[in-house]
Amino acid sequence: MPPGATFLLSHRAAFHRRGIPAGQAAKEMVHVSATPVLALRGVSKRFGAVQALTDVELEVHAGEVVALVGDNGAGKSTLVKTIAGVHPIDEGAIEWEGRKVGINRPHDAQHLGIATVYQDLALCDNIDVVGNLYLGRELRKRGVLDEVEMERRALELLKTLSIRIPSVRIPIASLSGGQRQTVAIARSMLGEPKLVILDEPTAALGVEQTAQVLDLVERLRERGHAVILISHNMADVKAVADKVAVLRLGRNNGVFEVASTSQEEIISAITGATDNAVTRRAARTAEEQK
Amino acid sequence: MDKTSTQAEETTAPEEETPAPAEQAAAPAEEAAAPAEEAAAPAEEAAAPAEEAAAPAEEAAAPEEEIAAPAEEAASHEVVNAEAAHDALTAVDPRLLVREQGLLGYWAEFKRKVHAGDLGSIPVVIGLAVIAVVFQLLNSNFLSAKNLTDIAVTMVGTGMMAVGIIFVLLLGEIDLSVGSVSGVSGAIVAVLSVTHGMNEWLALLVALVSGAAIGALHGFFFARIGAPAFAVTLAGLLFWLGFMLQLLGDNGTINLDGDGVVGKLTTYFFTDIAAAYGLAALAVAAYFLGAFTDNRRRAAAGIPSRPVADIVLRSVVLAVVAFAAAYMLNQDRGLPLALVIFLVVLVATDFVLRRTAYGRKIFALGGSVEASRRAGINVTAVRVSVFALAGFFAAAGGLFWASKIAAANQSAGTGDLLMNVIAAAVIGGTSLFGGRGRTWNALLGALVIVSIQYGLALEGIRTPVVYMITGGVLLATVVIDSVTRKTQRTAGRA
Repeated sequence: MPPGATFLLSHRAAFHRRGIPAGQAAKEMVHVSATPVLALRGVSKRFGAVQALTDVELEVHAGEVVALVGDNGAGKSTLVKTIAGVHPIDEGAIEWEGRKVGINRPHDAQHLGIATVYQDLALCDNIDVVGNLYLGRELRKRGVLDEVEMERRALELLKTLSIRIPSVRIPIASLSGGQRQTVAIARSMLGEPKLVILDEPTAALGVEQTAQVLDLVERLRERGHAVILISHNMADVKAVADKVAVLRLGRNNGVFEVASTSQEEIISAITGATDNAVTRRAARTAEEQK
Repeated sequence: MDKTSTQAEETTAPEEETPAPAEQAAAPAEEAAAPAEEAAAPAEEAAAPAEEAAAPAEEAAAPEEEIAAPAEEAASHEVVNAEAAHDALTAVDPRLLVREQGLLGYWAEFKRKVHAGDLGSIPVVIGLAVIAVVFQLLNSNFLSAKNLTDIAVTMVGTGMMAVGIIFVLLLGEIDLSVGSVSGVSGAIVAVLSVTHGMNEWLALLVALVSGAAIGALHGFFFARIGAPAFAVTLAGLLFWLGFMLQLLGDNGTINLDGDGVVGKLTTYFFTDIAAAYGLAALAVAAYFLGAFTDNRRRAAAGIPSRPVADIVLRSVVLAVVAFAAAYMLNQDRGLPLALVIFLVVLVATDFVLRRTAYGRKIFALGGSVEASRRAGINVTAVRVSVFALAGFFAAAGGLFWASKIAAANQSAGTGDLLMNVIAAAVIGGTSLFGGRGRTWNALLGALVIVSIQYGLALEGIRTPVVYMITGGVLLATVVIDSVTRKTQRTAGRA
């Protein structure tokens, strides 16, 4: 056997040890005592002829940021939508704080305490910051909007999240992209969710704005929220995530501890570089030699 | 040029240094001139790089400006470039501005708003002033108490319908059927009360409910079926016109009792001068107390509030306008019932739009339908209800028109009425693009439209010209709306 093949083989073995099966590996690595806030067990989802998700496992604990990565079409968005209740799952189970739950509508997810910040921000440009924060759940006093209380609480919330905005009474249109993203995230915090899902929060942002959003993600973790962060940006993932869950072609392709994993390993898991003709041949020849 | 001048200088210099034989000196001078030329050339070359160097310096300056832009976005974060942040159109909380800078704050806020394309009621107030001056110069009767009272009564019909249109425009949609629906409403009242002898109050109620039902039907086809509102209401325009003609039958005109409920709508006046002054006083007091208590609550909660002087100033402006109007009305027949109803409707709808969750939903839909949906707003229900409101107010407007001519006839709700209503809404400052506007816009807009009509009528100008002028005014308004929207885009406020 050539030396190169040995390397590949050992690499693959290491990958096996660390990544697959994902659920077990994750359990070993995180404090087993704590029940995960959210656990997906063998979740599958099919759209007509397309098998979008197959036997996906995922665990998120309180005060933990799990990055969900994968190439386009890997099933990240579908997975998030199953959690958010946009697409009900076909097979498998969703466990919330240890008990099995059904999430069939967005309302169910919100009721459990899951807040989702979508990629396109879902804010109304013509309404001010306070109005957007409370859109759809306005505080009322005798049937009338309680603007004073909403503004007071909005200022309080923005302060605890260290979000600085010139005025909470200016329309969203006046804010920069980063500020809008922070408002969108702050909005998700209003219902005191246990799990926050951020779908590519830094995708369209500049350097400084990205830093603002990453700061915010860290603050969410400090406050004990569980966070699922979808991102294509490895630097962001390395910067804030505790664990990285890789999806590839709708299946788990490993869960990694960020601290002890190199970027290359994650990328190879995303692209499937560890699973190609060369490695398969190496594995086969190794078996034959035995 | 430079070359010759340096040459001259170089040549004169040696001459001075060597005053000895002039001829000999001349030769070296010429020789010296040659090197001087050579020297001049490098000097120019040196000048060129200097210019090039200047250019990068300018380029370097430009990025600084670019840096300034993000900096000002993050101005709150850390004042990286205080001057840039100050110069730029940073959105400062106007309440704080007024508090910190006093009267200067108003000017700063005004400038900021105009720069950002947030013109509000400025164009329409200017327009009203121009209309008043021009028509008064043409005919001294224009600003007479009688004419102004007539305008105040007539504008209620248009204004009522414009209130409904404003609701629809806030969604970013349009309702083209309001003219026909207003005609149907008048016809229903006439047929039920005159032909069938029904109680007039009941007939009035039926007409209003029918208007709301018709609007809800349009809303259903738009919101539930997904047909464009423009097309649905265009179909409605024709259908309800036919429906009205069918109701009126062969006769074509049904006269109403001038002293009945509908007849009184535009003919009843509170002749006691206390009525108009009392209403003005009530309005000012209510405004002041409302703003004052609201501000107190803000201050108590520790959030930015306007200074009391600001509230007093606003109340004084309102008082001047209100009492001037009351005085003017008392010079003629007194306070018209129609105007009172209109003002009550405006206060109520403004309250609904700005102080209730329902109003917030309407603005949200005008801003982003998808965001509203995700925020859990029932998009279909809000849309249907808004079209129902448009139908309701169209019907209410129709009653005022019927009252004005004391009859329901075949021409009701036709002609330029629809255009006038939309123009009134847009002239008042409601955006055609949705999400921006107030029902008070209906008052100002209707005032402009009806003033123009009355002014032209006083001059004896005939309908064709009136149409053309009204069309021109509408176009001008839409242009202003589009341009301000563009400005708002560039100022990042739309």
